Amino acid sequence: MFDLLLDPTLRIVALGSAALGIVSGGLGAFAVLRKQSLLGDAISHAALPGIALAFMLTGSKHPLVLVLGAAAAGWIGTLIVMAITRSTYLKEDTALGLVLSVFFGAGLVLLTFIQHRPDAAQAGLDRYLFGQAATQLARDVAIVAGLGIAAYAITFLFWKEFKLLSFDREFGASVGISMRFVDVVLTTVLVIAVVVGLQTVGVVLMAAMIVAPAAAARQWTNRLGTMVALSAGFGALAGVAGSVLSATGANLPTGPMIVLCLTAIALLSLLLAPARGLVWSFVRHKRSQRVLRVEATLLDLYAMARQHADPGHAHASGALRALGGGGAAATWRARCAGSRGVVSRVSRRVTAGR
Amino acid sequence: MIPPAELPAGSQAAIEVNDLTVAYRDRPVLWDIDVVVPPGVLMAIVGPNGAGKTTLIKAVLGLVRPAAGDVTIFGAPYEEQRRLVGYVPQRGSVDWDFPTTVLDVVMMGRYGALGWFRRPGRAEREAAMQALEHVGMPELSGRQISQLSGGQQQRVFLARALVQDAAIYLMDEPFQGVDARTEHAIVALLQELRGQGKTVVVVHHDLQSVPEYFDWVMLLNVRRIALGPVSEVFTEENLRLTYGGKLPFLTGV
Repeated sequence: MFDLLLDPTLRIVALGSAALGIVSGGLGAFAVLRKQSLLGDAISHAALPGIALAFMLTGSKHPLVLVLGAAAAGWIGTLIVMAITRSTYLKEDTALGLVLSVFFGAGLVLLTFIQHRPDAAQAGLDRYLFGQAATQLARDVAIVAGLGIAAYAITFLFWKEFKLLSFDREFGASVGISMRFVDVVLTTVLVIAVVVGLQTVGVVLMAAMIVAPAAAARQWTNRLGTMVALSAGFGALAGVAGSVLSATGANLPTGPMIVLCLTAIALLSLLLAPARGLVWSFVRHKRSQRVLRVEATLLDLYAMARQHADPGHAHASGALRALGGGGAAATWRARCAGSRGVVSRVSRRVTAGR
Repeated sequence: MIPPAELPAGSQAAIEVNDLTVAYRDRPVLWDIDVVVPPGVLMAIVGPNGAGKTTLIKAVLGLVRPAAGDVTIFGAPYEEQRRLVGYVPQRGSVDWDFPTTVLDVVMMGRYGALGWFRRPGRAEREAAMQALEHVGMPELSGRQISQLSGGQQQRVFLARALVQDAAIYLMDEPFQGVDARTEHAIVALLQELRGQGKTVVVVHHDLQSVPEYFDWVMLLNVRRIALGPVSEVFTEENLRLTYGGKLPFLTGV
């Protein structure tokens, strides 16, 4: 294990994956809050032809060139989604599905074309499909970090505007902040958050890096700032954990391992987060159900007490069972009420009151 | 056919809408509307579902692009006067599960005045707290907004409009989904605003309460049916024109 941590290759991979997790996780929070989770998927798939075209036009495989191509294509894909939604009767999910598959198909055609060219048979661009974290170089990590810092700087600058756009777009427009412009800026940030991960995680799985950390983070907090920070933290954690796990195991692929780690984090958050977790809401539900039943039993006791001049009159537990229709449960509930000191037992009978 | 409501000579309209037509695709939602709202009135816009009430408000705010017509606020286009206008959208238009607090939402009313990039600070916080006290919920300032009741959500939106410190308020169904007590509190607030000389325009659904709450009324059903003081234009005849045969009860009008 310690040998692994000292391994320089793994250090680069883990560092790169952590940086990627911080960028895509934190910024993905806005996509989730705007109910545009699928936009991340559309952007990443739309990026594929951009990567291929960038290579065909420049002949370079420098990651910065390819990332810029990916960003341009992802951006154009998003614009097309917006245009379709605005000018046709199609809903956003349909537009996303269309753009995603058309761009992805075009990307696959271009990739195959490139691979069949004699001069570039070993282009290796197909690693952008499923990602290949293990081949990361320090240069690649620097690109992720550089673009990430730029995207976070924009987010910091536009924090109030992003919040307004995400929460109440029309009110924002009414007070004179151009929501269309803010939308363009936020989309650009999201495009950056997606394309930085394509080399590591790949086109197909990148959406998980955008959606899962934010979905997990939302479970733990009710503050936007905390949510973005937590989301970035979860992304980083999964990045490191996934890299280490893939290095320990028998050649497990890094990208999918990162995504699986994220899934685990999201699953645990959905189940265990205190206020919104499923487990706790189940416990709360059961508890309130019990309180309500005990109160129903107390009402039964009250009804019986009213039939006697003496409010302290003791009633047979059998009568209580018949009223509550619950067999032994009624006596048990009377005992629950007893533990609150409002019901006492007189030999085998129960009485309400002091 | 119906003469536009005239202002007394020498006074300027708070809101003036001329020949406004708005269409969604081919279907006209508002047709050739003229509106003159004098300053200092508390006006209801009533009409059946789909009459274009919300669209009219959004057109005044520049949120929907009209096919024809123009809007002026105190004689100038909305873009130049937006500081004078406060907006209360429909409560259901936002996601109340958004991770933010009551105070944070109320401070959004200052964002327009703050302008690009400047963060809300102490002054904005104080204004927001004042507005929350005004709507009777200062103790909830730190509350996550998903934990509010319908009436509280509505009052948060009202507080957000109050910190806009506007001269004209446009409100889209501020009574929707609130209990009777909150409704009376909101009406008192609206009448207080009018008392300060502000103009308040409210999309309203309950015809019964129009004469009690409002002094002006606009009856709208794609076209403008009538506009003027409640005592003059809120008549059975006009209501029949607005709602067609579908008006179930008209007692007390």
